[in-house]
Amino acid sequence: MTMTPRKVYLDNSATTKVDSKVLEAMLPYFSEEYGNPNSLHAWGREARKGVDHARAQVAQLIGADPKEIIFTGGGSEADNLAIKGAAWALKDKGKHIITSAIEHHALLDTVKWLGKNGYEYTILPVDETGLVDPKELEAAIRPDTILASIMFANNEIGTIQPVAELGEVCRRHGVLFHTDGVQATGHVKIDMKELPIDMMTMAAHKMYGPKGVGALYVRKGIKLIPVIHGGGQEFGVRSGTENTPGLIGFGMAAELAANRLVNGEIDNEIRLRDKLIDGLIERIPEITLTGHRTKRLPYHASICVKYVEGEGMLLLMDAAGIGVSSGSACTSGSLEPSYVLLALGLDHSTAHGSVRMTLSKDTNDEDIDYVLEKFPPIVEKLRSMSPFYKKNQ
Amino acid sequence: MYSEKVVDYFMNPRNAGKLEDANAIGEVGNPKCGDVMKIYLKINDNEIIEDIKFETFGCAAAIATSSMITEMVKGKTISEALKINNKDVAEALGGLPPAKLHCSLLAQEGIEAAVADYFIRKTGKAPEGFKSPHSTCSACGGSCGGGAAPVHEEEEEKFVSEDHRVAE
Repeated sequence: MTMTPRKVYLDNSATTKVDSKVLEAMLPYFSEEYGNPNSLHAWGREARKGVDHARAQVAQLIGADPKEIIFTGGGSEADNLAIKGAAWALKDKGKHIITSAIEHHALLDTVKWLGKNGYEYTILPVDETGLVDPKELEAAIRPDTILASIMFANNEIGTIQPVAELGEVCRRHGVLFHTDGVQATGHVKIDMKELPIDMMTMAAHKMYGPKGVGALYVRKGIKLIPVIHGGGQEFGVRSGTENTPGLIGFGMAAELAANRLVNGEIDNEIRLRDKLIDGLIERIPEITLTGHRTKRLPYHASICVKYVEGEGMLLLMDAAGIGVSSGSACTSGSLEPSYVLLALGLDHSTAHGSVRMTLSKDTNDEDIDYVLEKFPPIVEKLRSMSPFYKKNQ
Repeated sequence: MYSEKVVDYFMNPRNAGKLEDANAIGEVGNPKCGDVMKIYLKINDNEIIEDIKFETFGCAAAIATSSMITEMVKGKTISEALKINNKDVAEALGGLPPAKLHCSLLAQEGIEAAVADYFIRKTGKAPEGFKSPHSTCSACGGSCGGGAAPVHEEEEEKFVSEDHRVAE
């Protein structure tokens, strides 16, 4: 009997596997309930029913009202809609936007583009664990500040921001608060009835739903200028015929995530994450965890390995059947390592040795044991070739 | 993304490690850019490269190019070795992705730097036009230090012109 070699996918921050229940829910909406949700006939009404249900499921996950959920074609589009939409809507009130140094490009590049088009922005620094200080946010607010956007949790380092405090600061000063919740939604308890968040970006494919589907939570009463004009779908804010199967998938993914958040599955993920982090630190000298040790995503482990470059580790892990990612220069196509890692104050050569391992709901103890067995010799192999490794000198 | 040969030379590196009885050592690159190559040579009285080893901090392409060039120059005379350029290395590896071509340049410069060291040890100075035994890579001209990222800017420009976006 031949054994199939183990495959361990630890790149769930990049994207997740679509849950079989999600796929099952989506399938009828391709060729059976294929109507346009905007049509009045039976076909249209069936599709509309599905879209409404999906909206309620996503709203339920974050304690929102269904009318506060604007479906989009993914997280990047939702970020663009939040930032450009609010900036245009509030342009007579002010033209200053605040964000942080470790935001996703969908956010940072949108803000920088606005900066070239009549707006001004302030980019807040983070501490060595990736946290934004609410006091610094408060100090950056000006009379013409209209919007602040600080991500809920970071994709590269897993750090969860103090969004309640940050949102509170904004509320006190009458500034809109948006958060990019792509990495956090479905993995961390979020209740909009309690959190002072005005807008939040979500993406289905980071929580076992399909790619190309996202949503922007927009608190009741907040007006946005649309980025996509047209037929007036999504409460007039995002035109275009609804991606019915995609939205159905997102809805089911949200419902399943809500269950996981209450039935203890997330706690098991945290246990496995800690087993991985502690196991790596125990087995490999001179590695450092990036991001915050406890204020971090339940599925997220990220480290920097001294004396070696990330891409080599990534490829050798791949050859061992383990999928990970890296923020090194060589994986980005430029000579600069990840701006997120540099924002933590890490030096360039340390940042080049970054590896990110992000677990899924299906990751088990055997997977982690396998990674802990395979990874240390890979590091040792590359270090044995490194001119900087002390043992070689 | 990588050719089979690049993967092979990365996974099974030839001549990796330190050469204890080296009489010429060159180090090129900059840890800030994520590529540093150290070449150890043992050159005999007939100016033949008898033995060679490398230590490289860098991506798979950097390790593969180091590995390949050590194989290509071993047993050659110094002047033969210096004729091998970055294109030869990239070709021998079955090609490199455009973003990784600077790695092959680093390999070529690593040999030059080590040969320069050989002459410095022997005669007190390097022949005219030689790389210093310790130098940054010419791909970025050493300008990648200090957080400035000229290459990244260039790429951004290219990105704009090659897709459907208008220049902003």
